[in-house]
Formats: sequence, C-alpha cells, structure tokens
Amino acid sequence: MTITFLLNGETVTLNPREPTETLLEWLRESRGLIGTKEGCAEGDCGACSVVVRDGGGCRALNACILLLPQLHGKAVRTVEGFAAPDGRLHPVQAAMVAQHGSQCGFCTPGFVAAMVAAHSNGATDYDTQLAGNLCRCTGYAPIIRAAQAAAAQPVAPWLADSPPKVRALAMAPTSADALAQALIDQPEATLVGGATDIGLWITKQLRPMGPMIFLDACADLKTITVADDAISIGAAVNIEQLRQVMQEHHPSYADMLCRYGAMQVRNAATLGGNIANGSPIGDNAPVLMALGAVLHLRCGSVRRQLPLEAFFLGYGKQDLRASEFIERITILRQPDCLRVYKLSKRWDQDISTVLGAFYLSIEDGRVREARIAFGGMAGIPKRAHHVEAALIGQPWEETTLAAAQGSWAQDFTPLSDMRGSARYRLVAARNMLTRCFLQQRGTPVSVREVSP
Amino acid sequence: MSIARALPHDAAPLHVTGAARYVDDIPTPADTLHLAFGLSELAHGTITQIDLAEARTAAGVVAAITAEDLPFANNVSASVEDEPLLAQGQVHYLGQPVFLVVARSYRAARKAARLGRLTCKAAPPILSIEDALAANSRFGEAPLVYTRGQPEAAIARCPHRLEGSLNLGGQEHFYLEGQAALALPQENGDMLVHASSQHPTEIQHKVAEALGIPMHGVRVEVRRMGGGFGGKESQGNAVAVACAVAAHLTGHPCKMRYDRDDDMRITGKRHDFRIDYQVGFDDQGRIGGLDIVHYVRGGWSQDLTLPVADRAMLHTDNAYFLPHVRITSHRLRTNTQSATAFRGFGGPQGMAGIERIVDHIAHYLQRDPLLVRHQNYYAASKETPKDPSSQQRPLRNTTPYGQAVKDFILHELTDQLAQDANYHARRAALAKWNAENPVLKKGIALTPVKFGISFTLTHLNQAGALVHIYQDGSIQINHGGTEMGQGLFQKVAQVAASRFDLPPEKVRITATDTGKVPNTSATAASAGSDLNGMAVKVACDILRARMAKTLAAQHQTTPDTLRFHKGCVHVAGNTLSFAQAAAQCYQERTSLSATGFYRTPNLQWDRVKGQGRPFYYFAYGAALTEVVIDTLSGEYRILSADILHDVGASLNPAVDIGQIEGGYVQGAGWLTIEELVWDEKGALRTHAPSTYKIPACSDRPERFTVRLFAGANCENTIYRSKAVGEPPFMLGISAFMALSDAVARCGDGRLYPALDAPATAERILLAVRRQQGIDDV
Repeated sequence: MTITFLLNGETVTLNPREPTETLLEWLRESRGLIGTKEGCAEGDCGACSVVVRDGGGCRALNACILLLPQLHGKAVRTVEGFAAPDGRLHPVQAAMVAQHGSQCGFCTPGFVAAMVAAHSNGATDYDTQLAGNLCRCTGYAPIIRAAQAAAAQPVAPWLADSPPKVRALAMAPTSADALAQALIDQPEATLVGGATDIGLWITKQLRPMGPMIFLDACADLKTITVADDAISIGAAVNIEQLRQVMQEHHPSYADMLCRYGAMQVRNAATLGGNIANGSPIGDNAPVLMALGAVLHLRCGSVRRQLPLEAFFLGYGKQDLRASEFIERITILRQPDCLRVYKLSKRWDQDISTVLGAFYLSIEDGRVREARIAFGGMAGIPKRAHHVEAALIGQPWEETTLAAAQGSWAQDFTPLSDMRGSARYRLVAARNMLTRCFLQQRGTPVSVREVSP
Repeated sequence: MSIARALPHDAAPLHVTGAARYVDDIPTPADTLHLAFGLSELAHGTITQIDLAEARTAAGVVAAITAEDLPFANNVSASVEDEPLLAQGQVHYLGQPVFLVVARSYRAARKAARLGRLTCKAAPPILSIEDALAANSRFGEAPLVYTRGQPEAAIARCPHRLEGSLNLGGQEHFYLEGQAALALPQENGDMLVHASSQHPTEIQHKVAEALGIPMHGVRVEVRRMGGGFGGKESQGNAVAVACAVAAHLTGHPCKMRYDRDDDMRITGKRHDFRIDYQVGFDDQGRIGGLDIVHYVRGGWSQDLTLPVADRAMLHTDNAYFLPHVRITSHRLRTNTQSATAFRGFGGPQGMAGIERIVDHIAHYLQRDPLLVRHQNYYAASKETPKDPSSQQRPLRNTTPYGQAVKDFILHELTDQLAQDANYHARRAALAKWNAENPVLKKGIALTPVKFGISFTLTHLNQAGALVHIYQDGSIQINHGGTEMGQGLFQKVAQVAASRFDLPPEKVRITATDTGKVPNTSATAASAGSDLNGMAVKVACDILRARMAKTLAAQHQTTPDTLRFHKGCVHVAGNTLSFAQAAAQCYQERTSLSATGFYRTPNLQWDRVKGQGRPFYYFAYGAALTEVVIDTLSGEYRILSADILHDVGASLNPAVDIGQIEGGYVQGAGWLTIEELVWDEKGALRTHAPSTYKIPACSDRPERFTVRLFAGANCENTIYRSKAVGEPPFMLGISAFMALSDAVARCGDGRLYPALDAPATAERILLAVRRQQGIDDV
C-alpha cells in the first residue's frame, strides 16, 4: 500500500507500517514534526488538530484518530506549515501571540489549526468552530479575542494547496458497487468511514484489526439528494454535510448536530457509521426514527429496506448480515414538526445523557401524528410507543401531557451510569415533552437564547 | 522600564508555530526504550502472584519489572514512605502501578502492560468518606482541631442557629500534556532526567534514592510543562523514577508518558470534602460562633494531604471574622487515587464551606447575601490604626489562627465591583425576569476571595537564582521556578531586565535545571514570581554593583554616580552601551556571574497549635456571576462574570489577567460540570475527556469582564506585586452561589437549596424539584 499526500506543501509518498498507523504517530515518530500534540488520543481534546484539504474544501480533523490511508490524495497542513513561505506568521498565529491566547502552549497548535481552518472558510461562529479544542489555562477568552482580531485579515494564499491526483488504494473502493463486491470477497473486513469510533479501537483498546475497507473514496455514498418526496443520504456522508442540509429541512435536527462531537469529529464521522455501530446513545438514530427513516441495506447486488427502528435488535446487536452494509438512509419530505432535545453534562462535544426527538403534528388542536424516540433511555435507540399512543388523537393540552405521565415508565426503564441516574433520565425525558409543548406556545425554554 | 508592561508570554511565538518543546518532543537517541505500567484491577487486596510470562515474550518487549527487581528504594512519596513505585504485597487502589514494561515502542509497551496476570486476595475497599469514618481509616491518629474562644457557648447565645452539610467533589487536573519523563544514563552511573514536573528537586531526590546514589549524580531539567495546576507537584515522581530505574537496569535511555486514561486512573486529583457546620448569628447575619468539621478524602497514600487539609482549615474564614470558632479536620485514608495538590491546595474547599454558610444565613434571614458578607468582613484596613474605641472592643481583624489581617481591602474592592457591575440593579431586576419566565430562572451572586500567600511549611519559602552576563551584554537567567504556562519566566525576565533597564529581549530565560540552582521548592503555592523574582533581583543587583564598582574605578568616579538607563550605562559623562560596559568589566576581570537567594521574611507558624503567621500577605478579589437555569432539565449557563482582582502592583497585567480568566473558568468548572464518578468497586468511570468534562469554549461566561484592582502590596514583595496563580480559582465559587440563588428562586423561598458540588444539571434539576415540592426524585 503506497499512500501519497501533500504535507505542508510537499508531496509525501509512504508505505505505512500498518493501515492502523495514525497521522499523529507518523508525524511525531517518523517525520519529526512534533508540533502536533497528543492530548487524549480519542478525538476529544483537539490538541492534535490539523487542516486537511480535498475536493470538498479545507477542514480541521483530529490527527490522533486519522489513519494514514484516509489521507491518500489529500493535502495536510500541520502547525509547522501555517506560516508564510517567508516566515511571516499566519494572521491567526500572530493574533494568538498579540492577544495572549497561549499559556502552557500545549493545546495551542491544535487551536491554531482549528482557527486556520475557520479563517480559511470565513467562519466566525467561534464557539462552534472551536468546541472541539480544550484549553485548561486561559478560560478561552483571549483565544476568542485572537480569532476575532484575525478575522479581518485576508485568507492566506499560501495555504491553497492542490491535493495530488492519485489512483485509489486497493482497500478503498470507489463506488458502492465496488464496495459491495469487496465485502463479498472479505466478509470479515471492518468498514472505516471517518474512524472517529474505530480510531479508538486502535488507540484505546489496542485491538488487533483484521482487514479494513476505507469508504472515503466511495463518491456515490457521500451524496445527499433532496427530491420532491424524499431526502436520500449516503451512508458515508459526514455529519457536517448532513447538518448543513438539515438546516433547511429540519433546523432542530441541525441545531442538535451542532453539538454532535465537535467540528473535527463532524468533519470525519459518517452517518452510516453512527447507525451501524449500534450505540444506544448515537444521536442520529432517535432523530431519524422520529422522522420515520428507512434504512437501505445491501449485500452484493441484493438490497433490502427496513424501518430504522427495526435495525436495532438489542444492545450491541443490529440486523446486519454478513457482507451487508448500509448504503443509504431515506426520509420522506414532510412538514417540519420535529423537535430534538439533547441533554448532556457539557453543552458542547459531549455524549448524550438523554436525547429526545419528537415528531408531533398537531391539527385542529389535536395530536394527529406522534413519533417519539429516545437515545440513552434503553440498550438501543427506542421509540416511546406508549407515550405516542397516549397522545395521538388527544387535544394538545397540558391535561394530555399529564395523562401520558404513566406511559413513560412503560416505555423506558433506563440505567444509571456516570452520565446520569435512571431517575434523572426518566424525569428529564418526560420534561422534554413538556418543553416541546411550551416551546410551541412560545415560552422561552433554552438557556442558550438568553443574553446577559 | 520592563516592569508592569503587558508583554506576551516569552514562548508565545514558539507555541503558535509548534516549536515549543515538551518532554515528549525532545529528540531521543535511537536506542531509547518506552515504558508502561501494568495496573491493579482491584481497589484493595493482597498480591498472591504476578505472572508476567506473556508480557515478557510479547513483541518488542525488553523487560518487565516488579517491585522485587528494583535496585534500591521503592518509594516515590512526596511526604512519608507509604507510596511504592510498584506495589509490594498489597494493592491499595484500582489503577495502582504493579509492574513496569520496558519495550522498543510506546504501543508495544502499552500492549504488553495489558498482558500481566495479577492474582490477588481481595479485601473490602474503603472508598467513600463514610466508609473511612466507619473503619476509622485515617492519616494520623486523630483529627486536627483549631479552636478560638468558646464556639458552643457562643452559638448557644446567638438568636439564630443553622446547621448543614456540603459535599464538594474532587477535580481532575486535566493538564493537556500528560505526565512524561525521559531518563538518559550518563557516565559514572549518573542520570540526566527531563521531566514534566513542578518540582525538579524532588524528582532529583527520588531518582537518587531509587538508584542509591547521591543527589549530585542526578540532574533534572524542566523547560516547560503543558499545564500543571498542582498535578505535577508530586505526581510526576513515579514516571521519572520509573524511567531512571529502567535506564539504570537496561543501560538505554528510557521514556515514559501516560496515555490519558492511565494518567487519570493512576494520578491523584483534588481532594473531595464533606463539610458539616453549626453556626450561630444575629439578626443582621453576623456570625457569633461556628463549629465546622472538614472530612477530607485523601486516597491511599499520604502525599500532600496533611498540608492540603491544613490550608483548607486556614481558609475556613475566607474574608470573614469568626470570633468563636472550632475547625475540626479529619484526614481520611481510602482505597482511591491519592488526592494531591491542585490549584488552591485545600483553600477552595475551605472557602466554599464558609461561602455556603454565609449564603445559608442570608437565605434564612431573607437578606441580600452581599450585605451579610459585608457584615462579617474583617475590619477595613483604614479602621485598624488608633481607633479610640478599639481598647474597649477587640478589633475584628485577627484570623482564627492569630494572624492580623493588615490590608483588608475587600470593603472597597467589593463596593467598587458592585458599583461597576451594577449588582444591586441587576439583582433587583431578577425577580421580575423570573416572574415572566416559567421555565428559565436567573440567579446572581457576588463572592469575595482572601487567599493566604506562602507555603505553610515555612522552610519551603526560599528560592535561588543564577544570573550570567556575557561579554556581549546578553544576559542569561536561571532560577528554581518552573514554567507551566503561568508566565513565570516572562515575569522574572522583566524583573531582570528592569534591574539593568534593558529591553526584556536582552534576557534569555533557560530551562529549570537542578545543576544550576540547587535545593529548590516546588513551583507551587502561587509563590513562583514572589520567590524567584526576588532571588533574580538579588543576583542582578549584585552584578550591577560589581559592574558599577569596576566602571566607576575605570572612569575615576564613585559607583553611586553611575546610572543604568535605557540600555546604556552612564558614567562620568560617558555613555556606554550595556554591551560595551559588560565587555569592559570582563576585560577588568570582574566576575559577571552571580547567585541570588531569597527567603520570605517574618513567617512563624505552629501547625499543630494552629497559631502564628503562616502567610506573608493575602491576595484579594471578588467576582459577580449571573446564571440562568432551565427548570425542566437542570441545564444552565453562565451568562456573565464581572471580576475585580488584586494583584498588587502588577508585574505584567496581560499575564495576570490571563491567570484570572483561566482561574475563574477552572474554578467554576470544578463546582459545576466536572464530575468524577467511581463505581462500587472503586473504578474511576470518568477517565478520559469523553466522560470527564472540563469547560469548553462556550462554557466561558458570554460576557466576561476582568479588571485589576489598583493598589500595591503592603509587604515588600518584588515591585510590590502579589501572587496570582491560585487566588482567582476561587472566584469560581460565585458561579456555584449564583446557581444556588437561581434554584432558591424556584420555590416559595422557605427551603434552602443546599446544593452539593459539582452542581451538575442533574443536581440542579433535583434541587429545583425539591423547591417545587415535587418528591418524585
């Protein structure tokens, strides 16, 4: 396996020791580029952030869980590669110095990378752009001042790399057809989308990995098509792409996705991966269940469909057969009656304690349609069928909510863990319906919408 | 002058380009080996067998070492001999290092560390404060008690009495750079160690003991840390000693860095506390008597628990005069990570206790908590001298441990903050806002900080420096302090430059090195710039005097006529550049190298009696925080923080403001979202940033105003500045109290929320429901 990419403007061709070697390991151990740091090796702190450019533009990614084969045909810039060829600092770097944005300096290269990506893309929503970078020293205030100070400076022309043209790797099929065949040939292979989960199998669990198939080159799995009747999302679409499309159709979903991981994770993680790993706290599944999503599975040339909720059989057990993979997810075009509420210990970049998705259509003051699904309330993402039944056909009034009170315990017996107790989960879930009701009546319910 | 200028951190240009080197970035010889610990999977038990056969034969493994293989001392404790590098006989917590793998790569070492088979006879673990009390498991035989006056009688005399309890969780340091060290064997059996440590001398000491050689055979170098916060005061010992021992046994350089999960599972954190209190007070809320008990969860080994618990006792008063008080401190031993130093060192817990009590009193009396705080403040500094009535009633300016509070500026400081930040109007507006909002509720609080500056172990209040002037006029300085991001090197360079009136770039700061300045104290207790700044000043002044003497003699004048001004030396009508002056001194055979030494004056402290003057002075500050909570989920947000903080006469206002902003957010994090969870087996369940949540960017206050209080230290510190490392951490208490205020406003006002910390969304929701009279939770 020979991998070619651009590193800080220079073409690099290499043969990784193993396909599981991460960009961070290679940079630090083989290349001597020690500016990029390891803070957690799980994509949660951003100290290893780098900027990666491909046909889709430039984005920040976590190098600690970015496997070398994922870089084939891309252009990478590390903290050593942001300054101008004549040594002048990038505007973001200069502002970080002038605004006192570094103290211990260990998180700084990662912050600078995320800030360079934001600056290059003209993004100024810094709380979102930098949610994936942790700093323990500064309290963030001077970093934000630096980002703001640099915003007016022009985009650095020296960072406009042209990614090299390459032939696809053997382990990276270029279409869904090719992928289907590859999985027939190697049923035991692990599919790697963005590696935001699989990366941790490697760095944290030290799991030996068998054959791997990388999805990044499957162009047809990375498309979202919006037709008159339905929205069809390829399994390898990343969460940031999905968020941008959902902004128009289901803004509450998009708002939640803004808190899914952080920018570096959303830029890598795929929708198919989030569903296929079967996590009971994966944030997309309950929302898509509330939207009535259909899963399109494929094995060789055989395709089948099933409602998303039927895919989750039990904790860690999905209805996925040998050599089968998720090809697409579709949702019908429908009025936006969706409300999504994510509850976590920290607002940004945190795994949900409870995630509730409510699709409630109200007609003439009555609940006509109700699809309610939760993450974090059971061993799988799960519909609240009893609660739905207690609502459908009833007047959309507080009395109905009260009458549905007893249904919650019929639907859910959540667990206690480090994210929250079972009681808290149940009360918070129940209150999400109240929140939905009050929000529709115009009552302010979000702490994020209050200004100081 | 270079003093008081808001210059950037000296390493900032290196930070932003990735050129700043940390331990793991140092280029290593090709034969360097990598280490990983095998950890206990049991919280308490007796080891019956350690089977390392599989680990030893794993790919890339060079050796696997147990306690039996260690050449000399098996002790990495910072205090007493109760902390083996590798477990011997017993395991005391889940995560304790039991064996050490030496391998050719980092991944190979980590993989092999999971292949050890440890057989143990399990014993019941003591995990909680309550477990420890039931088992009478403690450090020392009895609790330490400080008493002034007759607290019981005083409480009984008061018209009002309250009692309560407050649980305070611990806190993970989460320095972004994990623990790391690199040991390079030298000729003659000597060892060179690069460590990420706040305490190079202690690393030197522990490595020397472990290798059985004198301290002169070990040199420890620390250029910088990627954050410390107290977590690298003693917790780096094991990493450095492991490297040194493995390097000694194999003859190869050895490097070790914990991956994040190991770091969090192995190392100590902030002490969690339970604080019980009984307080008596008058109609105004003025405290007449207080009986307060600290229960301190110390973990498995003593480490720094005693001084941490002492400092908590010494901050039981915070800013308040306590005429009759008993402080009882139980230092409990548990089968958990050994709790250790963390920014504030017990001060935050002590202070949070009294802030809770004052808040509780205000709620009971339905008075503005700020009024009650004022009522209880120490006497203002200007009241202190020759008040004619002072002979009749004792002045309210003596701490429970007998130290006079000489410069109590919090009356004016809090008044100024309340005025600048519009406290009274904003507080009045809350009731209306909350009445209009059924789901969201706001709360507000203004809390003060008074923090004692000095090591309470008096002999640690010393520092040394080494200053060289080269013949080209460039200056190199070295001192015992370590740089962990706090800007110490920058501040001290500014001090050095100012002594010669040179631009700061003429001064080169070098890595902390036990070979240059010996017998240093940890960079801790906020004392870094106070101690090392003074030591460098002393050295610079010696050199300046030598230069003046030489140059004056050369120019047939007296040294007192000579002036160092704006990069030049003016002597007898001649102007020399500093470089020329240095060159002339060299040619005249004048020594251009000097050491400086400083010891903090006027300290005297008896920790057993709890009497004396442990602190040279106090640093002050206050914060006003406004929050909004969501009564359906318990989620919340810090809307704004207004801070006024006292750093005396600032050495570098940018660095100081950086400490204040960062300290506030870290302090608020401790009391709000940062939650450590152990399961019933003693396993830490929150051992990575996926589960342990420090504040992220959007958690900082949306409006965040920090100002420095205009003033100068009443004591003769370096340019009359004040320490700033720890005090601002406790400004975060205002966020906790604002949350309490918001919760209190959810009911009819009768029930006090009595929040525990961290006040997670879950705790807030449960507290809100108690206010609402709903008992389903």
